[in-house]
Amino acid sequence: MLRGYVLTYLVFLYAPIVLLPIFAFNDSTVIAFPLTGFTTRWFEALPATPELVRSVRTSLSIAVSASILATLLGLCAARVNARYAFPGRAAVLGFVMLPLILPEILVAVSLLVVLLTLGVQLNALTVVLGHTLICMPFAIAILNGAFGNLDPAIEEAAIDLGCSRWQAFRMVTLPLIAPGIISSLLIGFTISLDEFIIAFFLTGSDPTLPVYLWAQLRFPARLPIVMALGTLLVALSVILLCGAEWVRRRGMRRSGRRDAGGFFA
Amino acid sequence: MATGASRADRTRGRLLVAPPFLFALLLLAVPLTVIVLFSFWSQDFLTLDRTFTLANYREALTDPLYRQLLFRSVWIAATVTAVTVILAYPVAYFLSFHVPPASKGLWLFLITIPFWTSYLIRVFLWKVILGFNGVLNTTLETLGLIDAPLSWVLYNATSVVITLAHAFAPFAILPIFVALERIDRSLIEASRDLGESRLTTFLRVTLPLSMGGIVAAILIVFIPTVGDYITPRLVGGPDGLMIANMIQTQFLRLNNAPMGAALSVLAMLSVGFVAAIVVLGLRRVAGLGR
Repeated sequence: MLRGYVLTYLVFLYAPIVLLPIFAFNDSTVIAFPLTGFTTRWFEALPATPELVRSVRTSLSIAVSASILATLLGLCAARVNARYAFPGRAAVLGFVMLPLILPEILVAVSLLVVLLTLGVQLNALTVVLGHTLICMPFAIAILNGAFGNLDPAIEEAAIDLGCSRWQAFRMVTLPLIAPGIISSLLIGFTISLDEFIIAFFLTGSDPTLPVYLWAQLRFPARLPIVMALGTLLVALSVILLCGAEWVRRRGMRRSGRRDAGGFFA
Repeated sequence: MATGASRADRTRGRLLVAPPFLFALLLLAVPLTVIVLFSFWSQDFLTLDRTFTLANYREALTDPLYRQLLFRSVWIAATVTAVTVILAYPVAYFLSFHVPPASKGLWLFLITIPFWTSYLIRVFLWKVILGFNGVLNTTLETLGLIDAPLSWVLYNATSVVITLAHAFAPFAILPIFVALERIDRSLIEASRDLGESRLTTFLRVTLPLSMGGIVAAILIVFIPTVGDYITPRLVGGPDGLMIANMIQTQFLRLNNAPMGAALSVLAMLSVGFVAAIVVLGLRRVAGLGR
């Protein structure tokens, strides 16, 4: 009975995703059943839509910048968590996790008000700052896990054997936490790529992909193209996820740990 | 953690934590403080009046429109949270207790895949499923289960709850799964050996021990749903709109930042209030169960 329930639940989880390729290949501008025939013209229309291509490019550059920035900041915090002690450490490390427990709309409006008050021109950079802020707690959580798997004696041994602190970190610790860094980059990239509300508030004249899609949803004729794009995005994220999982498993094997399940376990 | 840290180590630690700390300070703490300040000011057409006033809060709490939106946001988020966590628990339980350890990773992967696709497109697809000529109605009509399309499934609070319960499913399943995985299996055996039935073992051992995961799941689902913007706009219709939609309208359309700020602060306070109740309340329940 439990198995039956779980299978029904999986149907519920996959219901919208299954529809995506169906309508992407359907030869009709109306997103509804019955289907009318097979076509690939929606996919062909994708590269021929310049605003779409531009928004994809904007989103990609924002996602790359935000994930790198968040991972660098996360590395600092996770390293402190694993290695250093000082009064007030817990409060500081708790504080940097705060974006995790705030609804994103609040992050968006508060940043918007400050930027407008300061007279800052809204552009891709302001979106990067907002996205870095919400990606940072995820980077810290993932990197805490990576540092936690590490025996501090290894780095101490390197220092005892004559490495400088920086050499020990770069040549010993960094390669061992590399899988965590890659996971953190991928998660940050995915979060930023999909984030809507902060981008919606902080974007200037260059919309990100979700902001562009949001505008398209009002024009029914453009919807099949959105479906085609969605299908490509699903395929892309599944490939990315498989890549991340593969890297993580390799990292697990290298540090000699038993596989605990997935990203979150 | 290093024990007996030297002064040099403490300094190094502080220097290293400075970048993320300053980043969060400048981009989170300062902006939130500014929002709180704004909420005590007022907007007089194009100029901002910086004299202290409680007028925004008075209006937000007395105007039926604002009050209703705030109340509805909390109520919808609470319903979504309850539905999501209750539906997710058996799935997490199945993953932890019935799936062989070797294939747990695969199952987790299977559950998270749908959620790495664009949130916007997923919400839109629910509109396609629940719509008047949507997938659900067409299927039910073809099967002969209904004569006319159901009109109560789209553009109201119900459709918002369904869509959000889908969107936040993995955020409920994963923490509960992690909590269940941590339970020492010998405790369950002991309970059975001492004569408890399967059901009483679950109620008196497994459920209380997984309470940490349930609390985490409730918070992870509740906090972002209170402030959700896309779902109420796309599938909510006029009766499903929530506070985030009003905050956006105040800031970007009506150019009334102080009112938007007051609504933001109230939304933040309700999130904090409910979160505190959940944490304290369920901790007590878990304490009594032991």
